[in-house]
Amino acid sequence: MSNTINIIVAGLGGQGVLKASDIVAEAVFSAGFDVKKSEVHGMSQRGGSVSSEVRFGDDVASPMIPAGESDFLLVLEDTQIEVNKPKLKAEGTLITLADVDASKLENPKTINIAMLGVLSASLPQIAEEHWINALKKFLPEKHHAVNLTAFALGRSK
Amino acid sequence: MAVKQLLSGNEAIALAAFDARVAFGAGYPGTPSSEILDEFARLGGKAQWSPNEKTALENAIGGAFGQVRTLATMKHVGLNVAADPLFTIAYSGTPGGLVIISADDPGMASSQNEQDNRRYAAAAGVPMFEPSDSQEAYDFLFKAFELSEKFHQPVLYRLTTRVCHSKSLVARRESPVEVAPAAYTKDVKSNVMIPAYARIAHKNLRKKLADIAALSDSSNEYTKELVKGEELGIITSGISYHHCREAAPEASILKLTLSYPFPAEKLKAFAAKVKRCVVVEEGDPILYEACKAMGLNVEGKAEMYRFGELNVERVRRILANDLTAEPVPAPGKPPQLCVGCPHRKSYEALKALNCIVTGDIGCYTLGVLPPFEAVDTCVCMGASITTGLGLRRALPEAEARRVVSVLGDSTFWHTGINGIVDMVYNKPATGHVVMVLDNSITAMTGLQEHPGTGRKLDHTPAEKRLVIEDTVKAMGVDNVDIIDPLTEQDKLRAVLAERLASNDTTVIIARRPCILGAVKAKSYEETNKAAEK
Ligand SMILES: Cc1ncc(C[n+]2csc(CCOP(=O)(O)OP(=O)(O)O)c2C)c(N)n1
Ligand code: SF4
Repeated sequence: MSNTINIIVAGLGGQGVLKASDIVAEAVFSAGFDVKKSEVHGMSQRGGSVSSEVRFGDDVASPMIPAGESDFLLVLEDTQIEVNKPKLKAEGTLITLADVDASKLENPKTINIAMLGVLSASLPQIAEEHWINALKKFLPEKHHAVNLTAFALGRSK
Repeated sequence: MAVKQLLSGNEAIALAAFDARVAFGAGYPGTPSSEILDEFARLGGKAQWSPNEKTALENAIGGAFGQVRTLATMKHVGLNVAADPLFTIAYSGTPGGLVIISADDPGMASSQNEQDNRRYAAAAGVPMFEPSDSQEAYDFLFKAFELSEKFHQPVLYRLTTRVCHSKSLVARRESPVEVAPAAYTKDVKSNVMIPAYARIAHKNLRKKLADIAALSDSSNEYTKELVKGEELGIITSGISYHHCREAAPEASILKLTLSYPFPAEKLKAFAAKVKRCVVVEEGDPILYEACKAMGLNVEGKAEMYRFGELNVERVRRILANDLTAEPVPAPGKPPQLCVGCPHRKSYEALKALNCIVTGDIGCYTLGVLPPFEAVDTCVCMGASITTGLGLRRALPEAEARRVVSVLGDSTFWHTGINGIVDMVYNKPATGHVVMVLDNSITAMTGLQEHPGTGRKLDHTPAEKRLVIEDTVKAMGVDNVDIIDPLTEQDKLRAVLAERLASNDTTVIIARRPCILGAVKAKSYEETNKAAEK
């Protein structure tokens, strides 16, 4: 439990928050860690706040991250930064849209994936192949190339 | 060792149902339970959406009379709808395994109340399992069926939102179970609950519950004990177990796998072993009251922790007897009707005509929020028509004429239809106006099919599509109007005004597909057409 790493992905409904956190969970899972992922979802309507939490380590207990204990906070929508900031540790890492040079993206819709690239660079315990496999698992095949490029862009930042 | 998979609790249950050879599952959608049957069907299991939870449970009961394993799934409030069959099948029991899933929603992430369905286990006298993560959600389903078959007793399987929707690792069983084929054995004394037989059955039920409690006390299958220090002991069940082991790594913990009936001897022994014993449970103080009734020296939680979900911080506070105000999380952006949602246009019309709207449950409940603020009441599924009738009966004529009952298409087939019977049979003096917001899908809970979509749970064509207008006409409603709320806005307002002025019974069907549902429906129809060829 003591070495658990906590990651929150937040944004608005319809922005791909859950898909992004699925990719994170899959990558840490295939790297061999215990993992728990938690979120509240269900309502179809678009547009409300959504956040999803991923925890990994040797033995993860609660699926929910205690307030102020997240190591990473990835926010896909700037209006949601303030709402989610109290969840981040004082020395935690905030990753926002500003961390990606959007002008270099082939397709602006891949910005989420580029942000996952930024996150991945801070998690040396997860080898790149696990991220790539997770991306391929959760994204449709015809979009693999453009997303892998976006991921590499974020990762090399 | 088996390869592990990362699964949500709902996916784990579906996989367990498949591996446990469940013959079929019946349910009605409801967050957080909805994905179970979808996933079970995807794996190759037989599953159906029933019109409501009562019919779903009764289907499952019928199957279990045929000596196979069946599953009924629903959210917590769904069990209220299914409570009638539940209480009596607890008496008679079934020869086949019957597991009833109740997915509770402490904190009300998407529900109208946070009732604690552990109460149903005691009220109906039905054993209850409470998994705490996806592995247990998988494993306990086998135990639940085995217990159900051993005692010929239905079993409740209580989940909570965090167990349903959190993902964690699951190891799947390697060898599938063997089950006997369906068969029928006539046994009227067990299966027909006339008073003479029910009196015997009630006594049998109490005996079975005592036997099950004794089994739970004498075996390690139905509880889990984490032995740590003697200073602090925690009694808990479900998801709270994981919050506890994080909040208090030094504590010994007794977790109830089978949370009803209570293993009295185990609880006593555990409480006696530790210096301080705290019951940590989400929701109502049920375990605490049970321990107190047994005379155990345990502490409960303060009343403020009855509300909402527990989490690690709240468990820390409970253990520290901290009664100070909790930090209020920053308000996020609330959900809204999608831009382009057809319900928006219907509410604009209702608002323009200053209607009193008795509402119902679905995406359209969001019409209560600005900019519409057009919903006046919302009780439970199906209540729109009947509360509207009552309000019409109570109000003076001028006010009564403003009352409109608004419900969705899935809600119409669920229990709304009963309100039509009531309206036609007990017509108020001013008549009544019902508006069905027909977006041709069960949108709120994630776009499931229903009797009116023409497709089955797995989206293949249904034998028949039920048609709202044909149904209400056949039931004797005076006027049935079908209007597109998007393209016929003026007509909608004109017809609404005209019907409100009359003393007739009217059903206006505001028909326009949900924008998210329409995309799905199109792809299902294309797949189905291709399959036909
Ligand atoms: C008894 C009960 N069962 C299930 C639910 C969950 N639930 C809420 S709304 C809804 C269906 C809404 O569908 P519909 O009436 O078609 O409205 P829409 O969301 O499509 O606008 C369901 C299943 C509930 N609240 N109560
Ligand atoms: S999901 Fe469909 S019914 Fe619900 S708000 Fe969006 S468009 Fe409307």
